[in-house]
Amino acid sequence: MTSLPTHVDKQLGLVIDLDTCVGCQACVTACKGWNDHSQGLSDQDPYGSEPMGAFLNRVHTYAVQPADGTAQTINFPRSCLHCSDAPCVTVCPTGASYKRAEDGIVLVNEDACIGCGLCAWACPYGARELDPTEKVMKKCTLCVDRIYDEALPEIDREPACVRTCPTGARHFGDLSDPASKVSQLVAQRGGYDLMPDLGTKPSNKYLPPRKKDRLETSPLAPLLDIKAQGLAGWLDKMLGRLP
Amino acid sequence: MTDQTQIARTTCYMCACRCGIQVHLKSGQVTYIEGNRDHPVNKGVLCAKGASGIMQVKAPSRLRVPLRRVGPRGSGAFEEITWEEALSTAAAWMKPLRETAPEKLAFFTGRDQSQSFTGWWAQAFGTPNYAAHGGFCSVNMAAAGIYTMGGAFWEFGQPDWDRTKLFVMFGVAEDHDSNPIKIGLGKLKARGVRVVGVNPIRTGYNAVADDWFGITPGTDGLLILSLIHCLFEAGKIDLDYLARWTNAPLLIQEDGPEKGLFVRNAESQPFVIDRRTGMPAPWDGKGVQPDLGAVHSGNRTVFQHMAERYLSPEHAPEAVAARCGIPAARIRSLAAELADVAFNQAIEIACEWTDFRGDHHKTMPGRPVSFHAMRGISAHANGFQTARALHLLQILLGTVETPGGYRFKPPYPKPVEAHPTPHFVTAPGKPLSGPHLGYIRSPEQLALKEDGTPARIDKAFTWENPFSAHGLMHMLIPNAHAGDPYRIDTLFLYMANMAWNSSMNTAKVMEMLTDRDASGDYIIPRIIYSDAYASEMVAYADLILPDTTYLERHDCISLLDRPISEPDAAGDSIRWPVIEPDRDVRGFQSVLLDLGHRLGLAPMVAPDGSPKFKDYADYIQNHIRRPGVGPLIGYRGDGTAEGRGDANPNQIEAYKQNGGFYQAHVPENARFFKPWNMDYQNWAVKTSFYESPQPYLFNLWSEPMRRFQMAAEGLGPIQPPDHLRPQLIKAMDPLPCWYPCTDDAFPIHALTQRPMDMYHSWGTQNAWLRQIRGQNVLYVPTKIWEANGFKDGDYARLTSVSGEITVPVAHMAALNENTVWTWNAIGKRKGAWALDEGAHEAKEGFLLNHLISELLPEKGDGQRWANSDPVTGQAAWFDLKVRIENVGPRTEALPAFPPIPRAVPQGTTRAKGVK
Repeated sequence: MTSLPTHVDKQLGLVIDLDTCVGCQACVTACKGWNDHSQGLSDQDPYGSEPMGAFLNRVHTYAVQPADGTAQTINFPRSCLHCSDAPCVTVCPTGASYKRAEDGIVLVNEDACIGCGLCAWACPYGARELDPTEKVMKKCTLCVDRIYDEALPEIDREPACVRTCPTGARHFGDLSDPASKVSQLVAQRGGYDLMPDLGTKPSNKYLPPRKKDRLETSPLAPLLDIKAQGLAGWLDKMLGRLP
Repeated sequence: MTDQTQIARTTCYMCACRCGIQVHLKSGQVTYIEGNRDHPVNKGVLCAKGASGIMQVKAPSRLRVPLRRVGPRGSGAFEEITWEEALSTAAAWMKPLRETAPEKLAFFTGRDQSQSFTGWWAQAFGTPNYAAHGGFCSVNMAAAGIYTMGGAFWEFGQPDWDRTKLFVMFGVAEDHDSNPIKIGLGKLKARGVRVVGVNPIRTGYNAVADDWFGITPGTDGLLILSLIHCLFEAGKIDLDYLARWTNAPLLIQEDGPEKGLFVRNAESQPFVIDRRTGMPAPWDGKGVQPDLGAVHSGNRTVFQHMAERYLSPEHAPEAVAARCGIPAARIRSLAAELADVAFNQAIEIACEWTDFRGDHHKTMPGRPVSFHAMRGISAHANGFQTARALHLLQILLGTVETPGGYRFKPPYPKPVEAHPTPHFVTAPGKPLSGPHLGYIRSPEQLALKEDGTPARIDKAFTWENPFSAHGLMHMLIPNAHAGDPYRIDTLFLYMANMAWNSSMNTAKVMEMLTDRDASGDYIIPRIIYSDAYASEMVAYADLILPDTTYLERHDCISLLDRPISEPDAAGDSIRWPVIEPDRDVRGFQSVLLDLGHRLGLAPMVAPDGSPKFKDYADYIQNHIRRPGVGPLIGYRGDGTAEGRGDANPNQIEAYKQNGGFYQAHVPENARFFKPWNMDYQNWAVKTSFYESPQPYLFNLWSEPMRRFQMAAEGLGPIQPPDHLRPQLIKAMDPLPCWYPCTDDAFPIHALTQRPMDMYHSWGTQNAWLRQIRGQNVLYVPTKIWEANGFKDGDYARLTSVSGEITVPVAHMAALNENTVWTWNAIGKRKGAWALDEGAHEAKEGFLLNHLISELLPEKGDGQRWANSDPVTGQAAWFDLKVRIENVGPRTEALPAFPPIPRAVPQGTTRAKGVK
């Protein structure tokens, strides 16, 4: 069993806007690409009948049928939520899984990981994946190798998924700072925790879709009774408005 | 990032968007690809395909060496040959054709991004038979936009994302375009701007729309004309805009032999009635105030004709609701919202400018409603008129080229009159006298031979489809096989998977490619194909010229072609080899230059007989199209000239230093009202888009269309065949109209759309992308799902008028209740693309193409009736209708074709990233 820090200096995380995400999968492959080249994310049978690779971020699409409205489609990106009470850490038998006190990021020390899979079982969000070749657990690091890398331009010191997101639906920042841009977004848009009843206290927040299909603008008033006054009447009235 | 990492900035080619990318390289190997923040198209972001490019340049499906067929066509028996053998073979086949009958070479390029170059090559060869894939893509959209207002959507223009207050998209699938639309939607969402989606399918962009109109396919035009009806009825029309900038005040001949054409003065110029004097005045005269309500010698204005037509009760929401599948109240609501934003929430930019009449304006007023549309309205047999109807709606609201509305991207706007007409007259050993493709204005410009038969193999620019501005690639193989209008010798194809997902009627096309005549010779005698990958088409070619991947080549995204402009800047860009090929492959454009030299094509031969251009890079820098104008506008002459200037031997290097692109910025007072703004017009001339200012009026009434309609009515010296008169009278209506385009004998509409994470067949060979979407299913709406008792795991048999498929199904609620659909180009033929024969793409994956014929069912009149829009020849993919039947659980989709012999070995592992 592994302990969680009693205090974090800050809590980095993502805010994901479900009103804006079009489900394009850009974040999925940017994540795959960056982490493949930085930490290795293998694929088994990539050109075969059952390709199976590790991805640290996936986008799912769900159908939503409101009780009294039109059916909707919601795109839902899913990756590690960097929970405050992270069950994947406390369940880890070797200390490989840990949460950093300095920024709240949940990481895996691959050298200590025995690939037992307990953390993946404990995570209610399905956010951890066993690398099919290396047999160690892989997960979102919030691109810890980007966000502090002074060799990168400062503007690029953000997770690959955030940098690439074409709709700007992903935001990165310190959720423990109420003045941060991400905290403000959460406050303005009613950002919420995923499955809060589980008590994991996720750091990542989701911004809900705005209400849809509410177009009820009153119909336009006709210029005149066209049946009675005819096209000539319409033209007179219409063109009579010109200065 | 380590110190050893180098970053090379070039242009993506994982789809057609042409985003800027930063390719991370370590020891000459690509390690990561991200967006270029400085680039105008994607501003740093990158889509799922772009970031997966690393798997494309390492794909096992890459062709490795030139191949010559040694077994029967389709058998996949090839021998590897040298480039010298390949090029001398191709030249030996083509040279006699050029010397005797150049039209016997048909050169068609698919997803070609070098059309100004490939077209130039075909022109030098002298064949009239050249086009790219626009005819089966979105020519309706492009042509309707050009004929109506001098530009369309996507590369022609875009919404004013920063200022618009309401955005409405019609028939936008998830790929056209990719990152720019997503960036735009993101801006709207960040500002809380309302987005309305009109689409039978609610996924992707339509999933985030605030309001969704799940329209019946093929009825968008009906809906749009009904919105127009509501606006006319309420008088919510921008009269000032119509009077100043459109042909609404021009007078139409009410009767006589020129009925429907503009009333002209003694100088043959259309004119207007000036409200100040009540007298005729030149349409572009200084200070003239055109009168929309004028009647002159009994002839009314275009405006009055429009009012009469669109006020008619047949366009009322209540009359169209059932056909559109949209309640009348919602149509009225949408019309009211359009009017509210356009007229009650108008905006204004303080910026002075002068119009073509010499009138000075203190401000730029805007109506902040914007639209986008794409193939969903385009790929129907009524798509041209539907796209025209949408442009009419934009113009009635006064939203085109005004702040907050829709904005052209240079070199657009460009009126029909500034485009060439098609050139097609052949002579042995001679080049064509001009470009193949263009915009015709009257019947005498049709591409017909003296005997009235089509000059082109695809029958573009004929009475069957007069405005076929992009050609008809989908008719190429069927026509060549039928010998209609004539037989060809060599089919030369680039980047077009015609033996699979790029053809309608795929199985029949495979037969046509292998069919032999009585003497045992192939009916299409020779096929040369160039591609970078082992697509399904490879097995059907006689000679394979392996192309490079996009990171191994030079390319030029040119203003002569399809550039990367933004509303505020003209732009062009290059690709350059950031890695060297590890195979014996050559960039196709360099190969064409070599072939051109071998064939003795004049523009490719230097005075001493040596090759004029060493390779494509040499051409990009040194080709001069018109005096001072070449493929790239940046860094010309001494390196400082923009638009016009001599060739610069350091131009490509300058582009590389600038991130692979160049932008020429539109002056501030030229940013809006471009068609009429003299500051823009003068800048456009300076920057080389045209040779003199080209101000024009938007064509609400299309005189070119009326000329064809008149001919069909029996007027004029050049007459269509009788069997085409009814469709010409109907489709060549000079005002936007709607007519049904689907067959009611089959009850269900069937559509495809391309996912955001795949670009046609290219995506599937990609180790990452195929894990995201390795299988397609048929999505079935609730009503049909329940009526047929479908359960998960079931398969459906779909039957159309021309074919049958059996495919896996899944339920989807957010879908028009009479429509089924699937993702396109996921289904693969076994053995292609270096995939395992048991891959899901090849087993359960499928194409709808088997249900779609390029021809309509025979009518017993001996004619081959094209399944195309009668205006442009646009392939009517989305007119497909089917019957559905539950056949219970299965394990494999039908039809199942035998495995295609492999041109490359099956892929096993992928090159792993550097850890």
